[in-house]
Amino acid sequence: MKIHEYQAKEVLRKYKVPVPNGIVIDNKSSAAKAAKDIGTPVTVVKAQIHAGGRGKGGGVKLAKSPKDAEKFAGDILGMTLVTPQTGPEGRLVKKVLIEEGMEIAKELYLGIVIDRESSLPLIMASEAGGMEIEEVAEATPEKIIKETVDPIIGVKPYLARKIAFKLNISPEAMKVMIPLIINLYECFKKEDCSMLEINPLVVTKDHRVLCLDAKFDIDDNALHRHKDTVAYRDLDEEDPMEVDASSFKLNYIKLEGNIGCMVNGAGLAMATMDIIKLSGGQPANFLDVGGGANEEMIENGFRILLSDPNVKAIFINIFGGILRCDILARGVVSAAKKLNVKVPIVVRMEGTNMEEGHEILKSSQMNFIVGDGMKDAAQKVVKAIQ
Amino acid sequence: MSILVDEKTRLIVQGITGREGMFHAEQCQKYGTNLVGGVTPGKGGQKVLGNVPVFDTVKDAVLSTKANATMIFVPPPFAADAILEAADAGVALIICITEGIPVYDMVEVYKYVQNSNSRLVGPNCPGVISPGKCKIGIMPAHIHKKGSVGIISRSGTLTYEAVGQLTKLGIGQSTCVGIGGDPIIGTRYIDTLELFQKDRGTKAICMIGEIGGTAEDEAAYYIKKHVTKPVIGFIAGQTAPPGRRMGHAGAIISGGQGTAEEKMKIMKKCGIKVVKSPADLGKTIAKAL
Repeated sequence: MKIHEYQAKEVLRKYKVPVPNGIVIDNKSSAAKAAKDIGTPVTVVKAQIHAGGRGKGGGVKLAKSPKDAEKFAGDILGMTLVTPQTGPEGRLVKKVLIEEGMEIAKELYLGIVIDRESSLPLIMASEAGGMEIEEVAEATPEKIIKETVDPIIGVKPYLARKIAFKLNISPEAMKVMIPLIINLYECFKKEDCSMLEINPLVVTKDHRVLCLDAKFDIDDNALHRHKDTVAYRDLDEEDPMEVDASSFKLNYIKLEGNIGCMVNGAGLAMATMDIIKLSGGQPANFLDVGGGANEEMIENGFRILLSDPNVKAIFINIFGGILRCDILARGVVSAAKKLNVKVPIVVRMEGTNMEEGHEILKSSQMNFIVGDGMKDAAQKVVKAIQ
Repeated sequence: MSILVDEKTRLIVQGITGREGMFHAEQCQKYGTNLVGGVTPGKGGQKVLGNVPVFDTVKDAVLSTKANATMIFVPPPFAADAILEAADAGVALIICITEGIPVYDMVEVYKYVQNSNSRLVGPNCPGVISPGKCKIGIMPAHIHKKGSVGIISRSGTLTYEAVGQLTKLGIGQSTCVGIGGDPIIGTRYIDTLELFQKDRGTKAICMIGEIGGTAEDEAAYYIKKHVTKPVIGFIAGQTAPPGRRMGHAGAIISGGQGTAEEKMKIMKKCGIKVVKSPADLGKTIAKAL
């Protein structure tokens, strides 16, 4: 789960990780007062959306007076901000963060992820802050400092020093940097982040060290122990169809094509998309109904597939293990009747109770196309829309 | 021959009194797996599924039944603790089926298990089956057939797909190992490849991967160096968009890393027969035998 920058900074403050003074507002009339309260000659007005690259889309402005701040807040609030990460449809800005301006001496990068190769938390730091870390890694991998963390001992001062001494910062800044790294790791661990990125982490001309931006990705599997974090969820930042699906424990991701897919299991669902493409079609979505799908889930899966107007045919691919084919077939028939499905439906079923499943489809008197194996079914569904 | 599980396996099930745990414990028992006990804290002393004793702790179960394998069906918030308990009790093989364990829990578990005498398979996996001998997991038993193809996969139903294709062609499997779809898993491709290479009953290996991470690349380089048996591979997610988590917690292309294209390229370079279509797995393996 992603959270907004202002929320991330609220969390960082709890862990004594220094962030700039800032006030979040949702209407332009409070902007001037916010800028005055912050009190610096220059303030920064920042659009709050989950996607990055906000500056490039006009979502970050420097205000030289409270009046300026009010004007920029007015410009940004309510705008549909398009950045390289939002896609062409952009995101509606509902809140802006007004922050103190400062004189920056140096921009650094500091991030923590779970490294899959070592199965350990990995701290990454770089003097090349402000850029995308992937770009730095590509162009100048030697500029990235990497240290894995032993989860049993955590980040001790020696490890923080190992990183901080490579960043070429002043002794005054160093005093702040070492506890900052230790506290940032505490935050990463206690908040169950799968990614925590401070980019840039700035050293100011008066030797302060501050997180100018903060990006959190919180492990969805750990949300049960973070009730406060769940309250941060902003459904407007997510695809409404995906939100709808997730409320039925269905895993749905919208894609660009016109063949709707419903599959059990993530691996098979991906493989189904692949075979549609290989057969000359384009998948409209990824939909994993999981191992324990029941009639209700299948019906909701259908409803969500069909709410995408691009869908011209449906491909159901089930390898019945725990999910029995007869249960699936009943779900499909009842959903197709209830929802009055007009597009062709190709069904491929294999595994437990396959014969009963086919019998149910046949006796339904509806026009299901039955596929014999994945390839045959994929070819049939591609043909059905031609 | 086979790897990891066989006639000598003595299985306990952690979470045996739960709905899922009980159902699958029974399915494994029916298949012929030697189910010697179960563990549910607070329910020690009960008997289930005929005469299978339930214990309060894994240690009690091991002392009393000499179990050497455990299958975990404990809900996600408590599953990491269940794995640690099994490792602490010295269970040689820990197979964790549970999906949805917080990744930081697994960071700690991985480190602990690495320094123990136990091997962890999973989590978020369908389990391990050596057809005709022993089944520990949730896979549909009847699609399998005893034989000489070893299968390793991050996915559940996609493994069934490969097994189903093989069995239809009359080709059996030595052992099928579902290593799990999470970013942090106990047993990786290379650990399983090493076992299959040593196993005299395995003549060919089928490796099913997916987008995300670099485990398949690591496996490909290992195969080039150490595996002399034919390996057939497939990567799911050739059409997956970057930055999106495709069902499995570990199936995500991030920062341009972990694409199917890149993995397939490396696998081919290392001598693996890579199939583009999942429908071609069975016949390609048949040809390699």
